[in-house]
Amino acid sequence: MNAITVADLTKRFGDFVAVDRLTFAVGQGEVFGFLGSNGAGKSTTIRMLCGLLRPTGGTATVGGIDVGSDPEGVKRRIGYMSQRFSLYERLTVDQNIRFFGGIYGLDRARLEARRRFVLEMAGLSGRENVHAADLAGGWRQRLALGCAILHQPPIVFLDEPTGGVDPLSRREFWSLIDHLSASGVTVLVTTHYLDEAEHCHRVAIIHGGRLAAMGTTDELKRVFADRTIVEVQAANPVETMRLLDRTPEVEKTSVFGTSVHAVLAGGAREAMPLLRQRLEAAGIVVTSMAVVQPSLEDVFLEVIEQREKVPA
Amino acid sequence: MRKTIAVARKEFRQIWRDTRTLMTLLFVPAFFLLLYGYALNFDIRHVGLGVDDRDRTAESRALIAAFVNSGYFDLVASIDGTIAGPDRLRTGSIRRLLSQPPTIDRLMNRNEVRAVLVIPPGLGRALQTGKPIAVQVLLNGDNANTATTVMGYAVTIVRSESARYQPAALASSRAPLVSVEPRVWYNPALRSTLFLVPGLIAYIAMITAVVSTALSIVREKERGTMEQVRMAPLDAASFVVGKTVPYFVVSLLSAFVIIVVAMALFGMPMRGSWLLLLLALSLFLVGALGLGLLISSVAETQQVAFQAALLVSFLPTLMLSGFIFPIASMPRFLQLVTYAVPARYFLIALRGIVLKGAGLQAYGTELVALTAFALVVMALASLRLGRQWA
Repeated sequence: MNAITVADLTKRFGDFVAVDRLTFAVGQGEVFGFLGSNGAGKSTTIRMLCGLLRPTGGTATVGGIDVGSDPEGVKRRIGYMSQRFSLYERLTVDQNIRFFGGIYGLDRARLEARRRFVLEMAGLSGRENVHAADLAGGWRQRLALGCAILHQPPIVFLDEPTGGVDPLSRREFWSLIDHLSASGVTVLVTTHYLDEAEHCHRVAIIHGGRLAAMGTTDELKRVFADRTIVEVQAANPVETMRLLDRTPEVEKTSVFGTSVHAVLAGGAREAMPLLRQRLEAAGIVVTSMAVVQPSLEDVFLEVIEQREKVPA
Repeated sequence: MRKTIAVARKEFRQIWRDTRTLMTLLFVPAFFLLLYGYALNFDIRHVGLGVDDRDRTAESRALIAAFVNSGYFDLVASIDGTIAGPDRLRTGSIRRLLSQPPTIDRLMNRNEVRAVLVIPPGLGRALQTGKPIAVQVLLNGDNANTATTVMGYAVTIVRSESARYQPAALASSRAPLVSVEPRVWYNPALRSTLFLVPGLIAYIAMITAVVSTALSIVREKERGTMEQVRMAPLDAASFVVGKTVPYFVVSLLSAFVIIVVAMALFGMPMRGSWLLLLLALSLFLVGALGLGLLISSVAETQQVAFQAALLVSFLPTLMLSGFIFPIASMPRFLQLVTYAVPARYFLIALRGIVLKGAGLQAYGTELVALTAFALVVMALASLRLGRQWA
């Protein structure tokens, strides 16, 4: 059975449609990523799935319970952690854990066992009496996750959990998520960081409240199946882009750091030497030029672009 | 139940940890009381008195002495040029240099005197012969309240002085005089502090209760912890009760601190039952907490909440409760508004308990009104908060 089933889920705020007929399912133990720019409807969807917002239309079942009819039942079966690390900063690590254990209704024995587990998991043993405000970002984030799973929920929602955290802490955090998933916990996570999406079993790209694409990262990359992506390193990326855009073989370009990705239409691989010639003729020094695998960022940009071309 | 306790325990810990809030709740009220208690004093003393004695007899000097000895007047100037009082010596010498004798006009203009006693020639003779005679009291009326009070002092003094000469007049067999002998109950010395302290208690308790509850909930909204808590299987009632109880306890403590300070420093009596006081105070505080909750359901930022809390608690409690301005002398419209101000009822009950030691029947209606206010506000607040919660 699926842990989360969503069918035609819709949320309207007045005239504004925040979430538009979303349909997807998440299997048990799956790590499901939600990608989308700000305002795409990710958080609204999560809030509906958590029983915090009532859907305007469609249905959603979480842990076998209908979100619209029994939001409280849903709340008992899920853990939620948001981008804002919603801990009480004036309370200590231990007091935070006890508070969240209390509001989830854990009894004394269970709370004690879970408290030890969370301290262990978050690497906070020995820091029980530190105030949450004095913890470094990574620790705070792991404590927040710990507080969200104190009651051992089978399904966990993470709303941009790694915002503002250093790369090392992000890596450690994702290994915690992998552990959770391995123990059968379903994780639905939203993120800005496209590299993080690679950790997910499956990814959904949301744009304008709609599902723009969904699948494993490999499946998503097939949007480029018959095309080639060439990465060009050159002294002047802006000038490089302008020139490439005027070349008929190049479908589109985008900047990736100091390099330029050019998408070549099907069968245009042979055009590469020609491109280099043209760039060099224009006085641009090309450091390197190579065919690369599409990254998730390429996919994301492509999917969004396609969506915007065909307004439904 | 366990969840409510968890919320309450957390709130206590936060208050305890947040020394600033704790201080604000417990000690600032007592400090306020000191400040207001000493500053808000409607008794008028040390009124600057000028004297123009045109009689210069033993009787006229006795009348002046009666003014000075009353404790309300300080003899500051004699209009005929004899200067009294250390301060006047200095300015007096300058004045002599300018060879201008102080006139009533100048003294009044410079606020050196607020009252001038003019004794006509022949006072002594008139008193000895039992003939009626009038003395003149000139008052500075720029502050009408003060002038009225000072006039009251002057009339009383003159009357009691003239009474000393009455037996002589009575001896000449006149009709018996009817005299009023006023006695003020509950506050025999008519000290305005005794009247004001209960008002201050209401005022301070109201502000701390409303402000602290409103801020504590809006803070959770601002920080995002509210959303986190809403994700838990916790109903709005457990959350609200858990959050309110600590502030109720702290406000109650704070109110008792104020009362004890008022008793120790201002000699406020405690004539009634402590239990009834606790009852009245609790009812009043529940209403105030409800008001705080109601504000927190409207306000999204702490700043807005603070402003709103001040507006609904500070002004009405100060202006419309009968704390300073008597309700009976307000315009009809404002009188109607005061019915919605809980402090109005609480003040009657509080003064009844503390100053009069009256029983329940004296302020039963007021307690019912307080209960009604608390119920209505709490119901409104839970309705609004509950809707936001779900």
